[in-house]
Amino acid sequence: MRAVILSLSKYLCSSIEGSFNMETITKINTTEKLINAFESSKNSLFGDLELREQAIESFSKQGIPNRKHEEYKYVNVELLLKRDFAISTATTVTAEQMANVQMLKDAFVVVIENGNFSKNLSSIASLPKGINIQNIAEATGNAAFQKHYAKYADVNNDAFIAMNTAFTSGGVFIHIEKNTVIEKPIHILHVSSAAENAIINPRNLMVVEENAQAKIVESFATVASAGKVFNNALTEIFIGANANLQHYKIQDENEAGMLLNTTQAYQEKQSVFSTNNFTLSGLFVRNNLNIVLDDEFIETHLNGLYLTRGNQVVDNHTLVDHRKPNCNSNELYKGIIEDKSAATFNGKIFVRKDAQKTNAFQSNKNILLSDDGTINTKPQLEIYADDVKCSHGTSTGKLDEDKIFYLRARGLSETSAKKLLMHAFASEVVENIKIEELRDYVEEKITGRFA
Amino acid sequence: MLSIKNLHASIDGKEILRGINLEIKAGEVHAIMGPNGSGKSTLSAVLAGREEYEVTEGEVIFNGKNLLELAPEDRAREGVFLAFQYPVEIPGVSNINFLKTALNEIRAYKGLPPMEAKDFLALVKEKQKLVELDGKLANRSVNEGFSGGEKKRNEIFQMAMLSPKLAILDETDSGLDIDALRIVAGGVNTLKSKENATIVITHYQRLLDYIIPDMVHILYKGQIVKSGPKELALELEEKGYDFIKEEIGA
Ligand SMILES: Nc1ncnc2c1ncn2[C@@H]1O[C@H](COP(=O)(O)OP(=O)(O)O)[C@@H](O)[C@H]1O
Ligand SMILES: [Mg+2]
Repeated sequence: MRAVILSLSKYLCSSIEGSFNMETITKINTTEKLINAFESSKNSLFGDLELREQAIESFSKQGIPNRKHEEYKYVNVELLLKRDFAISTATTVTAEQMANVQMLKDAFVVVIENGNFSKNLSSIASLPKGINIQNIAEATGNAAFQKHYAKYADVNNDAFIAMNTAFTSGGVFIHIEKNTVIEKPIHILHVSSAAENAIINPRNLMVVEENAQAKIVESFATVASAGKVFNNALTEIFIGANANLQHYKIQDENEAGMLLNTTQAYQEKQSVFSTNNFTLSGLFVRNNLNIVLDDEFIETHLNGLYLTRGNQVVDNHTLVDHRKPNCNSNELYKGIIEDKSAATFNGKIFVRKDAQKTNAFQSNKNILLSDDGTINTKPQLEIYADDVKCSHGTSTGKLDEDKIFYLRARGLSETSAKKLLMHAFASEVVENIKIEELRDYVEEKITGRFA
Repeated sequence: MLSIKNLHASIDGKEILRGINLEIKAGEVHAIMGPNGSGKSTLSAVLAGREEYEVTEGEVIFNGKNLLELAPEDRAREGVFLAFQYPVEIPGVSNINFLKTALNEIRAYKGLPPMEAKDFLALVKEKQKLVELDGKLANRSVNEGFSGGEKKRNEIFQMAMLSPKLAILDETDSGLDIDALRIVAGGVNTLKSKENATIVITHYQRLLDYIIPDMVHILYKGQIVKSGPKELALELEEKGYDFIKEEIGA
């Protein structure tokens, strides 16, 4: 068992390479290729060309991060991208595959197919008053869109933000107007299936105006396809004063899917944001979750669960930026690591000088089920205010032998005892799902997983 | 029913049980008493199948089967039940769900179909009443946040649910007030029959006023140094454990 191992990059490298050796890797300089591709395609992309040009310039400066990059040292994303990728591709998702990735019966469903908004597959015909859902490519004239688009995800902060901003060809804009309360969840279903290897760059913007309330689920699924998909998905979220947003991400990319998922949220006064991230599968999943608390009396909840096995690599980077006084943030990430898989939790909390009376809590707990698995956990608290309550804790261990024995002594097989305990471990996170249908869905996935 | 012959067991190379002999027949209640550290919990853990303990010598036959060869769950399925001295808390695992799984795995072992949901609920109700366990506790996570007394009562509730052939109660009385003691003892007595047997491990004679043993054994430094009728418990209570030391010349 290896816990908190800082120099595991060598291992991760070989693990990912191992899963690729079925195909010949042509060592492509993807950064260069992307820059060239931008030049030839930029005039056919929608929206603000100036913004895109800034983004590609920033991207070319940053380049695709390699393991020398502090924020990417645990995962060799450069290697992942050293193959011949198309920037976008024709989609091959069948109706049957679509049916398999649906998870909510009672929801407004928006389908993002290979990074593009699909009006045909979406069911948003009869939206209630106060809600607007449309393709971002068609929203460029909308005042709220203009006010918020690309205002929170800074292209200079991260190469993948820059890449997404330069290349995106679609995604969804969700606008919940002031004082609008919507009970029914909105489900953004990202589904990918490419005929050839592809990098896709879906881009979403959620604007929840003052005193509005909504529940938004984003799910990510790669269905069996000839090509490998690298999904560089980015969602910006604005939560206005007194607004409340429940946000869920269900990442179930299967054995081959690669997902780099950036969520950039910005909260105003007295707003409540809870974001819940479930990584159930995927060859590679990297989450960059950044939340800015930019006024007083804000509440933020971050919950995460990652279940890894095989050669999977899951890396969660979170950043909670307390900028103003009297805010609360509470973060709980849990993971179960099997086989040769590797998980990283890197949780940063900034408490800026002005942010007095901040309460910020963070906890990361892991169960390592194999000797070959790796968990790397790194809490980073940077506190510049003096009157605050902050704490963090991490733990990594095996399943408790005393508990296993207790259950076996009552007649449960060793396997059922372990299953029950893993389920119990995960349930602390699953309990936070407030949409019953979704909670049942995730419960079932977890039960199936440990069956 | 249970025959223990020359049982030796050690942990981390340290010998704790040093040749235990014990014969128990169906319908009997045996009390095992002994000072702290004499090996009472070790004996119950070895019988229940805790793998940390290494059995170095001896045998245990339970209803014709070599108990020591069975996995802990198979011992439970054969009818061995251990009420733990220190029941663990298992947050996130509901008492009722876990008991349903346990009961159905025991039934599957015996070739029986899973219990019908309504029969199961009826059984829960009946047994809950027996040990006066609050319905809320039965539905909560296993032992999580239970008081000491509630944990012990939950052990007896589980025992009642699983109706074992051999129940081993490891200091189920310690820490119980007199009312709780009466409830626990009442539960044990109600479950007693000609077909099953009970080993009551206790530090104090008090419990034996409520659960009358057929035999009392005194465990001392990993051996049963004296056995006798129920009066032995009274004598022990009166004279203290020192009398044992004198008697065996330790
Ligand atoms: N896990 C263990 N590791 C080392 N020594 C142990 C362990 N469990 C019990 N012992 C030792 O074995 C002896 C008997 O303990 P135990 O069976 O708990 O006694 P009792 O239940 O009679 O009080 C004690 O000396 C105790 O320290
Ligand atoms: Mg003991």
